[in-house]
Amino acid sequence: MSTVKLTVNGKAVSADVEDRTLLVNLLRDHLNLTGTHVGCDTSQCGACVVHIDGRAVKSCTVLVGQADGSNVTTIEGISKGDELHPMQAAFRDNHGLQCGYCTPGMIMSAIDIVNRYGGKLDEDTVRHELEGNICRCTGYHNIVKSVLDAAGRMRVSQAAE
Amino acid sequence: MYATTYHRPSSVDEAAALFTKGSEAKYLAGGHTLIPVMKQRLASPSDVIDLGKIKDLIGLEVSADTVTIKTATTHHDVAASGPVQRAIPALAHLASMIGDPAVRYRGTIGGSIANNDPAADYPAAVLALGATIRTNKRSIAADDFFKGLFSTALADGEIITQVAFPIPAKAGYSKFPHPASRFALTGVFVVKTKSGDVRVAATGASQNGVMRIAAIEAALKANWSPGALDSVTIPDKGLMSDIHGSSDYRANLIKVMAQRAVAAAG
Ligand SMILES: Cc1cc2nc3c(=O)[nH]c(=O)nc-3n(C[C@H](O)[C@H](O)[C@H](O)COP(=O)(O)OP(=O)(O)OC[C@H]3O[C@@H](n4cnc5c(N)ncnc54)[C@H](O)[C@@H]3O)c2cc1C
Ligand code: FES
Ligand code: FES
Repeated sequence: MSTVKLTVNGKAVSADVEDRTLLVNLLRDHLNLTGTHVGCDTSQCGACVVHIDGRAVKSCTVLVGQADGSNVTTIEGISKGDELHPMQAAFRDNHGLQCGYCTPGMIMSAIDIVNRYGGKLDEDTVRHELEGNICRCTGYHNIVKSVLDAAGRMRVSQAAE
Repeated sequence: MYATTYHRPSSVDEAAALFTKGSEAKYLAGGHTLIPVMKQRLASPSDVIDLGKIKDLIGLEVSADTVTIKTATTHHDVAASGPVQRAIPALAHLASMIGDPAVRYRGTIGGSIANNDPAADYPAAVLALGATIRTNKRSIAADDFFKGLFSTALADGEIITQVAFPIPAKAGYSKFPHPASRFALTGVFVVKTKSGDVRVAATGASQNGVMRIAAIEAALKANWSPGALDSVTIPDKGLMSDIHGSSDYRANLIKVMAQRAVAAAG
């Protein structure tokens, strides 16, 4: 057992957990942040993607000790109260989800993609960058549309800030 | 996953000391090989010693003739590095093709070569560029480092600290990725050194892991062009054969990937 301390969605968190605990289990089972999903548990599907210190990573493949001291953002931490994050809004408006299982991971990966590419995103890049996120429902088409739409909205909202 | 004890040392010496104390210790870097293997209970280390937060092991440096990458530098940071893109574009390109963005944010060069997966990308670059692997004990030439499937010249507890790549005159990498995992079904790295030597390494193809391809090296030394390989035949002896591709198919892929890599190298 170890005590891990980290910041999750802006709040300081401390938990006593076994060293073998994965970050995703800390989030879901100890902090009740069940928006982060476990799809494959084998590092392939991306349903568990969260941001650690601003980078989109698979939380099923991170030990809590590795995340000790870091800043974690989950799908629950991106909206401003009732106002959806532009990426969430774009997924809703473009029908970017069906069952929604992959969606939290898609959105966390997609925000990271837009942050890295800024205005230089095109369809091919989005498809290549989403290789680590698997969706069994949508056929990806509307997901790609959502990300491209959100990239425009995020530029506008950043310019406004 | 079986129970384990996690350690986060702040220096290489502290990490090495912790290793000798554990009954069955393992180093952890990005964890993107070790953690999946622990989840499958194929590894059950008593102690996991995290090298990923040791400051001396993170970062890279580019001089006039060498690109030195410290062991715990992530694939993302190599791919995104302007100095690496300028010095050895093929190396930055290789790093940008590993797995997916989330894997590249965590996986490290040292973890990749210590693991020596027969389908991993970095071993091809390390071998073809004739890199030097530095550890907390010694320096090891690439030609002496890879010892077949998942095995290397590293002694028990030895820590890779950095990998030094001589900057070549030309280099290119081309891989046929497995469509799901992105590991190399076959990947070929071609190099023309500043002294005019040619070195070519293939990953994903051989039953013994990464290997040099003498026939392609000879043909490219005589004539550095994709067409020079038209008449080369690669025998399928010792190549992997599995549901993803037969040994014949991989033998052909070695040639085709080499041709594409030369075209990319220019
Ligand atoms: C979905 C997925 C797709 C992937 N696709 C690819 C791909 O296309 N191509 C590819 O090449 N790889 C791929 N990988 C593997 C990925 O690149 C791994 O991250 C990498 O091979 C191992 O690096 P790591 O830092 O995660 O090592 P870890 O998992 O932390 O460690 C791996 C091994 O190396 C040892 N080790 C680590 N650092 C050192 C050191 N400094 N000294 C001595 N021993 C050390 C550890 O003890 C362990 O045995 C993929 C992985 C996943 C999960
Ligand atoms: S649950 Fe983590 S990648 Fe699938
Ligand atoms: S919406 Fe169902 S898995 Fe993607």
